[in-house]
Parts: sequence; structure tokens; C-alpha cells
Amino acid sequence: MTKEQRRKTEGVIALSLSTFSAILGLFWLAFILGDVLVQGMQALNLTLFINDPAPAGVEGGGLRNAFVGQLMITLCASLIGVPIGVLGGTFLAEYARGRKIARMISMLSDIVVSVPSIVIGTFVYAILVRPVGHFSGWAGAVALAIIMIPVVLRTTEDMLSLVPWELREAAFALGAPYYKVIIQVVYRGAATGILTGILLSIARVAGETAPLLFTSFNNSFFSLDMNHPLSSLTATIFQYAMGPYKSWHAQAWAAAFVITVFILFLTLLGRLIIKWRYR
Amino acid sequence: MAVTVKKNPGDIIFSALTTAAACTVIVLVIGIVFVLVRESSPAIEKFGVIQFLTSTDWDPVRESFGALTSVYGTVVTTGLSLVMAIPVALGIAVFITEVSPSFLKGPIGIAIELLAAIPSIIYGMWGLFTLSPIMGAYVEPFLKRATADIPLLNALFQGTPMGIDILTASVILSIMIVPFTASIARDAFNLTPDVVKESAYALGATKWEVVKNIVIPYSKIGVFGGMLFSLGRALGETMAVAFVLGNNHRIFTSLFDSAATITVTLANEFTEADKDIYLSSLFYLALVLFVMSFVFLAIAKFFLARAERRAAR
Repeated sequence: MTKEQRRKTEGVIALSLSTFSAILGLFWLAFILGDVLVQGMQALNLTLFINDPAPAGVEGGGLRNAFVGQLMITLCASLIGVPIGVLGGTFLAEYARGRKIARMISMLSDIVVSVPSIVIGTFVYAILVRPVGHFSGWAGAVALAIIMIPVVLRTTEDMLSLVPWELREAAFALGAPYYKVIIQVVYRGAATGILTGILLSIARVAGETAPLLFTSFNNSFFSLDMNHPLSSLTATIFQYAMGPYKSWHAQAWAAAFVITVFILFLTLLGRLIIKWRYR
Repeated sequence: MAVTVKKNPGDIIFSALTTAAACTVIVLVIGIVFVLVRESSPAIEKFGVIQFLTSTDWDPVRESFGALTSVYGTVVTTGLSLVMAIPVALGIAVFITEVSPSFLKGPIGIAIELLAAIPSIIYGMWGLFTLSPIMGAYVEPFLKRATADIPLLNALFQGTPMGIDILTASVILSIMIVPFTASIARDAFNLTPDVVKESAYALGATKWEVVKNIVIPYSKIGVFGGMLFSLGRALGETMAVAFVLGNNHRIFTSLFDSAATITVTLANEFTEADKDIYLSSLFYLALVLFVMSFVFLAIAKFFLARAERRAAR
């Protein structure tokens, strides 16, 4: 084999391996998604949404409590996490722009985003569950909000930085104070981007399980009380999938189906908005 | 670009509000460390640092606790999953940046991101119901047969293949971190200036030679940072491994053994800890995990920031 041939063959082999790994990645995606969709569809029915769980081992029943609990926890987490995240991002991109503190908080947020979520669960347990003496929906919401804040903060910072500086100068020239410039000009220019960031952060926390195990815990009864243990879809999936009953497994698949579809929908929506707005 | 506007009362309030919001991140990190140290102080006093980290005891009845079994499980599952995930992730990144026709780049990028968006509990549950029976029935018996006559290697695959073990957990974990690693590696590869690549092509280099000699050396800091970041993430992953690891506190030698990681121990035992020293030891474990992952993530972030700064120059 000549040198040229060897170089060519080496290239073909290496690039085929790379193509193969891409196919492998797609294969896992199709395998997992397909499995969740097929098994989930089979177990999905209307009673799942309108009934509460049947006693353990008895057929039938639904997961109404978990759906409602999950919605309440996620909603409250967003109500806490989104304002803090957006305001914090505003500080980094506007008042502290270019300063050392902005870079430091920015880097710290990138780290906190990936800190083990179960550690955040133990932290919230120590500050909100133990002093009160019982698990509560609020504790779960706070745990999720803690995960949400750095995500929203970083996307807000990035999106605000994309708004051209001249736009602010134009508003300054009209005599507007900085806070009015931010609220009326900069936020308006970056609204779509910030909203996308919020959507993606909701998608991120909606599937979190570990931080809920020690905070909102679980509740087999229907409850709207955020001061008491609250059921969530993810904690229910964990309990049901590890349980011994076939009917539990089926319901776990159905819950997994609902939550996966919800999260993938939000993620795709976010990506599409970014593509449509920023290209 | 500092702004000097006359201070308006609205501005003072709004800037104070945003400053406070941004500082929550700092407060959180300090608060987490402080609370974890406070909660684990009884265990720190009783077991010390070195003894806790090197003891294989985990005995709630005798109230003797050590972190080594959990740390060992965490390190082995993370290490194995990275060994499996990194080559695939790099392959995917090379495919997206260099090989794929441009109409496929977008869709494959989105597919990889979807794979990253699937919550870890779905991976865990899928692993328990779908992957683990396959591993137990086909893959593991095959590995056992294939390595039966090879000394040392056969020790890794000893015991009855059940599918609920280290190997399955590591496979699930690796599937989970592939998309994450791939997308960081892709971003790092993309930082290579086209001019440099084009110069290599002009000298007659093949596509693979450009990747091997230009793109990878140019982006190695970023790729390395990406690997460390995935490592930090994999350390703290809970639900993907909680279903198939079995929470068994011992030092294992075979990949067919059940084991415990820090995260799995916490998930299974935290709400059941009935004694103060037990709970305190669990907080101690959480602290160890937090410090481990924080250190790796911080180093990773340092490398990634350096790679970006280099590209910006």
C-alpha cells in the first residue's frame, strides 16, 4: 500500500467510526423514546388523570394527586425562581457589565447548575423540613427554584447582552433613567429570549426527582396544601417503578410518558423560538 | 462601557433589587457549605475526616459509618461510564462538525439535545425495565463466557449476571452523559478558525488529518474542560443509577455485583435515618459529594473559560 492509500484508508476508517457513533447516539434516543412512548401509550387512559390512587395492590386508580401536585410544585418554583433569575441576570448584564463580580457570579452559576441536585435536596431538608418537623410542598418548590435560578440568570444575562448598546444610548439621550431604559427598552428587545430561557428552565426542573425525595416527599392522597407533603409525578414514578405490582409499573410508564412528552415539547418549542428569532 | 447616569431614586431601588437577586447565587453556595458542615458536625467529630473517608463500615445498627464504599461505588460507576461515553461523544462531535452534510447538522444537533433533555428518572426507569433484562440475559453472560479464560479480566465478570449491577448502571450513566459531552465538544471544535483548517486542506491534508492534527490540538483545552464537566455531572447523578444499583455497601471486585454510590445511599436512606448520628453521617456524605463535584466543575469551568478566551483573541 502506498502512503497515499494508507492515509486515505485511515481517514475512511476514522470518519466511519465517527458516523457510527452518531448513529449509536440516535439509536439510544430512538430506543428510549420509543420504549417510553409505546409502553406509556398502552397504560394511558382517562382514569389516570381523574382518579386518585387505589390502595396498594388493588387494580385501577389514577394519579390525579401526582399531576396536580407536580403542577403546583413546578408553578411555585417558577414563581420563586424566575423573578430572582431574571433580576440577577439583569444585574450581570447591565449594572455590573464588564465588572469582575459579574464574571464571577456568571461562572459560579454555571457550576451551581450542575451541582448534584440531591445535595440541594439535603440542603433544603436541613433548612425547611427539619425545623418545621414535616415535609412540605413549599420545601419542594424551593428546592426546584434553587436549581432554576442559575439557569434563568445565565440565559437572561446572555440575552440582554445581545441587545445592542446603541439602543440604550438612544434612550439615555432622551433623558430616561437607567432603570426605565432596562425595563422599557432592553427587556422589550430581549423578551423572546428571556421567555425561552424560562421555558427551558421549567423543562429542566420538571423532571427533577432527587431534590423532591426529601422535601415534598410523597402523598398518596389528593392534596392542595403546600404546607404538607405533596405528591409529584417524578417521586411517584420512583416509588411505583420500584414497587412490586404490575399495575404500578404500568402507571409509572404512563406518568413517564406524560412527563417526557411535556419536557420534550418545551425543549423543542424553546429551540424553535431561538431559531426563529435569532437567525 | 460603564454607565454614569445621575442617580434617580428608581434606579437606586432597581439596582439594589438586581444586586440582591444576583447575590443569591453566592449566598446559596456559601449557605449549602455552611448548612452541610453544621449538620454533619456530629459525624465529623465522631469519625474525623481521614477515618470517615477510609472506613468501609456502613452499619446503622452499630452506629459506625464510613464513606469508602459509597465513594468507591461513585468513582467506579463514574469512571466506567466516562470510558464508555467519551469516545462516542467525541465521535458524534466530529460527525456534526466535519462529516455530516449540512442539512443533517441541525436535526442531529437537536436529537442530541433532546437526548440530553430527557429527565434522569426516565433513564433510570428505562434501565430497570428494559435495559437490565437485556444486560442480564444476553450481554453479561456473553462477557462472562468471552473472558472466562483470560486471567484478571475474568475477575471483573464474576458472579451471576442479574442485570442489577455496576455494569448496567454505568451503561445507563454513559448513555446519559454522551449528549452532554458531545455538545460541549462540538462547541469546542467549532471554535477552530476556518482559515487554519482551510490552510491544512490547501496543503493536501485529508479530512481526518485536519481533525486529528488541527481541530483536536486546537480545541484540546475546551474538550478536556468538557470531559471534566461531564465527570462532575456524572458524580452527582442519582435517579439514573438508583434503580439498578441495589444499594449494597461493600467493596466489590466484579462488575456483576450490586453496589452503592453516594447519591444512591442518600436517596434510599435519608428519609429512613432514625438516629441523629445516622442522619449526620448522611449529611457528611452529601458534603463529600458536594465538594467532589464542585471541585471538578470549577476546574472544568476554568479550562472552558480559557478555551473561549483563547478563541476570542
